[in-house]
Amino acid sequence: MKELICIVCPKGCHLHIDEQNDYQVFGNSCPRGAEYGKNEILHPTRVLTSIVKVTGGTHRCCSVKTNGGIPKKDIVKAMELLKTVKIQSPVYIGDVIVRDVCGTGIDWIATKTC
Amino acid sequence: MKNVYDVIVVGGGPAGLAAACSAKEAGAKDVLVLERDKEAGGILNQCIHNGFGLHYFKEELTGPEYAARFVNKAEELGVEILLDTMVLAVEGHRVTACNTEDGLIVVEARSVVLAMGCRERTRGAVAIPGDRPSGVFTAGTAQRYINIEGYMVGKRVVILGSGDIGLIMARRMTLEGAKVLACVELMPFCNGLNRNIVQCLNDYDIPLYLSHTVTNVEGLHRVEKVTVAEVGADRKPIPGTEIVFDCDTLLLSVGLIPENELTRKADIPLDTATKGAIVYENMETREPGVFSCGNVVHVHDLVDFVTAESQRAGKAAAEYAAGKRIPKDGRVIELKRGDHVTYTVPQAIRVENAEAGVDISFRVNAVMTDQEICVKDGDTVIAHYKREHMAPGEMEHIKLPAAILKKVKKQVLEVAVVSAEGGVEK
Repeated sequence: MKELICIVCPKGCHLHIDEQNDYQVFGNSCPRGAEYGKNEILHPTRVLTSIVKVTGGTHRCCSVKTNGGIPKKDIVKAMELLKTVKIQSPVYIGDVIVRDVCGTGIDWIATKTC
Repeated sequence: MKNVYDVIVVGGGPAGLAAACSAKEAGAKDVLVLERDKEAGGILNQCIHNGFGLHYFKEELTGPEYAARFVNKAEELGVEILLDTMVLAVEGHRVTACNTEDGLIVVEARSVVLAMGCRERTRGAVAIPGDRPSGVFTAGTAQRYINIEGYMVGKRVVILGSGDIGLIMARRMTLEGAKVLACVELMPFCNGLNRNIVQCLNDYDIPLYLSHTVTNVEGLHRVEKVTVAEVGADRKPIPGTEIVFDCDTLLLSVGLIPENELTRKADIPLDTATKGAIVYENMETREPGVFSCGNVVHVHDLVDFVTAESQRAGKAAAEYAAGKRIPKDGRVIELKRGDHVTYTVPQAIRVENAEAGVDISFRVNAVMTDQEICVKDGDTVIAHYKREHMAPGEMEHIKLPAAILKKVKKQVLEVAVVSAEGGVEK
């Protein structure tokens, strides 16, 4: 049995995951918790958020996020990708900034219109 | 710009935007939002991390995305937003403001909503001894520098305070290449959400020092060393337990204070516990037709609850502007804080205006398990609510139905936590 705290929502359920029994999850209060528990043991991922440089907007930075979980081992590489990116205003919420981050099929997308 | 508005909202953050939208939806014709920043959205614009909106939108958004939804909605509804404008005074229903284009602005409103938000406590507020070099920032200031202005604030960092902003900044600084040496918390428990301890500290192996505090800051021009010591049960540092960190930055995440300069100047009574205006069930202050909502009333942990509270304020402001009045001689029930409860919002309920029941928010003063929240009319418990887990860092909400309110005999109701089976961590 492995113990984890669920990070899917602010509630923070205490999960117990049975590795011997097909990674069955106990202590979750929603289906998303069960999914998180299993994934966290087998291949943990995180949604990342950061900023990129933008010219011509109200501010010098535009906020971005990954539109899905990035494997934990690739977090540093995914962050590095943004350092060289420079975009031009206008950018709209949801615009793809970097496609297919580290071969995951996940993109960096804008979270602000600027 | 017009001379008279139905509703004027001071502050264009999440509270002000939600209040303005709801006022418009409830029938207010002209709604004006006055915002001092260059864009609406308030603190959400610098909170680029995700986790917002799970209650309200039922999906996980980043701060800027959450803000954009309300800015767009306000625009669609025809709310007028005046940016880069500082409100100087609210006298009765007259609002004085200024900006670089219009100069001095004096506008009248049929009702006013105060939604100025809150401000961070600084080094001065927690009295940290030592030198006064550069490199000591409040966590929110550092967040703004990094996420909006694009400046990195330091390379080796110690964070004092384990509130959510502190934890979020620990991760943010790490992802931008800084080394976060320690997150230090005075209390024996973490003030932030569990999920933030996991995904901000544990993910990046950042140590959390509970029952510790910063006892010295050294450095001539820039921070060079920060001393951390363990504290006893009296929260005083224990000599001999000092740890010295070589670092160039100290971030403070040591609490927030509602920003009520305008409220105070308007002679609107404040609650010493919340440091915000005393409000009735519909978020109206003691000044008729002046409402208040969001972090300026009491500091929230989730923006979703700010939205809900502000929608009530906005709707009530629109109704007041349309001429609705609550009888002055009607029945008023005061809410009193009982055992383990540090404050309640609202502080008083006008029974005639509580047809749909009343939502009560409050905080507890300790980490507790398996407890019961009781509402007492004298010695009689008129409502009780079970909770598996409560903590000072998590705001509690209860709903008091109108049917129960009508049966109340005394003038004062007490909200208290009564020990059931569970335990209280001191």
